[in-house]
Amino acid sequence: MELNKLTAHELHGRLTAKEVSAAEITAAVFARIDAVEDKVRAYITQTRDQALAQARAVDDKIKRGEAVAPLAGIPGALKDNMCVKGVRTTCASQILANFVPPYDAAVVEKLAAQNAVVVGKANLDEFAMGSSCENSSFFATRNPWDTAAVPGGSSGGSAAAVAAAEAVWALGSDTGGSIRQPAAYCGVVGLKPTYGRVSRYGLVAYASSLDQIGPITRDVADCALVLGAIAGHDGRDSTSVDAPVPDYAKALIPDVKGLKIGLPKEYFVAGMDPAVEKAVYAAIDQLKALGAEYKEVAMPHTEYALAAYYLVATAEASSNLARYDGVGFGHRGEGNDIIAMYKRSRTEGFGEEVRRRIMLGTYALSSGYYDAYYLKALKVRTLIKQDFDKAFGEVDVLVAPIAPTTAFKVGEKMDDPLAMYLQDVCTVPINLAGLPAISLPCGFAAGLPIGLQIIGRPLGEETILRAAYAFEQANDYHRRLAPLGEV
Amino acid sequence: MDYEVVVGLEVHTELKTATKIFCGCSTKFGAAQNTNVCPVCLGLPGVLPVLNARVVEFAVRTGLALNCRILPFSKFDRKNYYYPDLPKNFQTSQYDLPIAVDGHLDIAVGGQTRRIGITRVHMEEDAGKLVHAGSITKSEYALVDYNRTGVPLLEIVSEPDIRSAEEAKAYLEKLKAILQYIDVSDCKMEEGSLRCDANISLRPKGETKLGTKAEIKNLNSFKAVQKGLEYETARQADVLGEGGRVIQETRTWDDACGVTVSLRSKEEAHDYRYFPEPDLVPIVVDPAWVEDIRRHLPELPDARQGRLMKDYGLSAYEAGVITAGRAMAEYFDATVAAGADAKAAANWLMGELSRQLNAAGKELEDCPVAPGQLAGLIGLQAQGTVSGKLAKTVFEAMWASGKDAAAIVKEQGLVQISDAGAIEAVVDKVIAANPQSVDDFKAGKERAIGFLVGQVMKETKGRANPELVNKLLRERM
Repeated sequence: MELNKLTAHELHGRLTAKEVSAAEITAAVFARIDAVEDKVRAYITQTRDQALAQARAVDDKIKRGEAVAPLAGIPGALKDNMCVKGVRTTCASQILANFVPPYDAAVVEKLAAQNAVVVGKANLDEFAMGSSCENSSFFATRNPWDTAAVPGGSSGGSAAAVAAAEAVWALGSDTGGSIRQPAAYCGVVGLKPTYGRVSRYGLVAYASSLDQIGPITRDVADCALVLGAIAGHDGRDSTSVDAPVPDYAKALIPDVKGLKIGLPKEYFVAGMDPAVEKAVYAAIDQLKALGAEYKEVAMPHTEYALAAYYLVATAEASSNLARYDGVGFGHRGEGNDIIAMYKRSRTEGFGEEVRRRIMLGTYALSSGYYDAYYLKALKVRTLIKQDFDKAFGEVDVLVAPIAPTTAFKVGEKMDDPLAMYLQDVCTVPINLAGLPAISLPCGFAAGLPIGLQIIGRPLGEETILRAAYAFEQANDYHRRLAPLGEV
Repeated sequence: MDYEVVVGLEVHTELKTATKIFCGCSTKFGAAQNTNVCPVCLGLPGVLPVLNARVVEFAVRTGLALNCRILPFSKFDRKNYYYPDLPKNFQTSQYDLPIAVDGHLDIAVGGQTRRIGITRVHMEEDAGKLVHAGSITKSEYALVDYNRTGVPLLEIVSEPDIRSAEEAKAYLEKLKAILQYIDVSDCKMEEGSLRCDANISLRPKGETKLGTKAEIKNLNSFKAVQKGLEYETARQADVLGEGGRVIQETRTWDDACGVTVSLRSKEEAHDYRYFPEPDLVPIVVDPAWVEDIRRHLPELPDARQGRLMKDYGLSAYEAGVITAGRAMAEYFDATVAAGADAKAAANWLMGELSRQLNAAGKELEDCPVAPGQLAGLIGLQAQGTVSGKLAKTVFEAMWASGKDAAAIVKEQGLVQISDAGAIEAVVDKVIAANPQSVDDFKAGKERAIGFLVGQVMKETKGRANPELVNKLLRERM
């Protein structure tokens, strides 16, 4: 068995049993990267020297007989929108192509406290704007299940790295589905935590009120493990939730007896791939067979979620991305005066999709349009939250598809931004409501994985982990490796 | 035609918190460029703001001192505009729910008290500072100093209740006094910790509808406020007088040339695209906390002025001058507490002491003569040990040396001569030497005696008791 294909919890056992060393595991991951990275292209930056030094430090600890944390010595990837001191952090954008942060993101500090090994910074759609990883200004990442297909996005590099065994775990960020959809497309597990559960300090902002960091892993147990490592209150993030972090491993009970699951019909949108719909219904039947109670719930405002999302997210983005002006850091274009310099810097520095969203957001906030767009979107957001509140009065979790289709072909939707936006229709309502949701494989169609979404109450991560774990253990999807994995 | 001037002021004041509004950097003025900075105030990718609780406390204290209502629920908003001194290209400010609203302060101009409404007080972050090489127009480039970026500001907006440049100045002086009394700001206009913009319009006397206004920026001294508004009043009166229309625009006060110059018209005005700051949570203030701050408010200028009039019999004018600044009010109280007569203390403060401070370009905080020392001098004067004229000489020596009055009097032998026997000889000598003046006096010219007194004082190096000299001269002529 290749070490890089094991899960974190399996590797932790072998490490503490002194069967393998962290240096060996890390070397196996880099060997894998050397073998398949030219086909997958998951990484923007690899941090080999640091990773090996981190691994050796863990080995020294183990040799001295010291206890090590669950993620100690386990190699993983960070989406390249999380700041690591001294390591280039690009957001897959030309404007930050040479930006080296002088500080660590909160999650990076937490991972360091666990002695986790970071092998590199993973590719993404520029500034996390996109659903296919094709909007990276450097290169497009490919789906390990079919290299002609996209890995999903925006955390496509993170999901592909885990699926291709180029990392044992990864962190992604999810603003409208950017962890869950690529996890679904790549056949791995992805969890978007409750808004505020994980500190955003050091995550380069796309849309502040929606962004949330979460794990991408090969199984639910690893998902619980990584979530436990990064969750918790942080005084540097005013929107951070001050609630104790439970032991998520304790939620891993393969039993859903008495769990009330709800199905929002509204998530089965027109144009949904029948294979996806069938797989999700089959998953619900399986959960019922495992003892869950089932009922349909009404989410009447779902149809407005996508529009509300693309107004709120772009409005915040237009302001968040204003700082990339060529003055203090990042790419600077030449210009005879300050306005010309701003224009050149931003035109040269931002890709088409980022420019499109900045313009959309600027428009939505402009005097005379604010009430009709931004303010109305906030009202819709409230109505969507109320839909969820009502549903969670009746059920414990909601089950839905992640995306209307499986992974589409590279280039297929690049000329049709609206078709690309429709990819997010099943995931954005959860961000608008700030809820936790997990994506895990529930079947295959034409060799490509299908994702199941389980949505929970605020801070209901344990409940969705339990449901996901029960479903996972009743199947073997998590043991299947991408065909690339067998190369 | 007779016009009425209508003015509203927007005042920005830097709060004297130890750290910035959204990060832990120092707010100290005058540090080496770009040393009081961190990723947060530099607006680097990924950073988040955390609100400094002291800023809210200072804002509430200010709101209460200005008789405002403190809103129980308030929030921050982003004001979006591009400028190189603003690292994020938005300023975190408060838009539709400021911390305090609906207040007022009273000003006294021309013996009349007028109440000026305060629309709102809100919190925001300051921007950095552009440093141009050479002059702003000829410089090839600009450098940015981010030390000031994120220093907490309050913006205090008045109602359009001000009716003259003089009232505007009085409003600003009163506001400064209050901010100093409640210890939230140093209000040093020369360091930019108190800045003022004005909205000004004219309307025919008796008209109730407001005229078209101009916004005047860069009124950064009390003199500039008065001069700038006087200039703008005259300018708008000229425009209207010639049958023209005032254009709604932003103008800037050019202090060197003494004129206001157009910056941008209404059409060119910014669309700030305000929206709620998603990185900060709303501010919910506990009413009990607000009441606690109210209970601990110090005595404010109006109350202090009243106390000085009532307790010490000072005139409204004297008490007004003494209480206009917190430092002088405290100096006065300390001098009186050290035993000085209040009226004499007021005279010294408003006269010789202020004159010396102005001449030396010093603030009262840096005065080399302590209140107790001034009280000592006033005591010597009251006992007749030194004359009024001599006291000024002693004061100058105290200023220069920092020594007590008694020590200087002793060292320099400046004790007043009140012994008639010692003065008589000098008087006789002066009478003999100035027969013309003696004749003039005898002929009824009262003024002549002044000259003779002066001669005696000169002979005694100012030590003779002037009243005694006067008496002896009259007796012996």
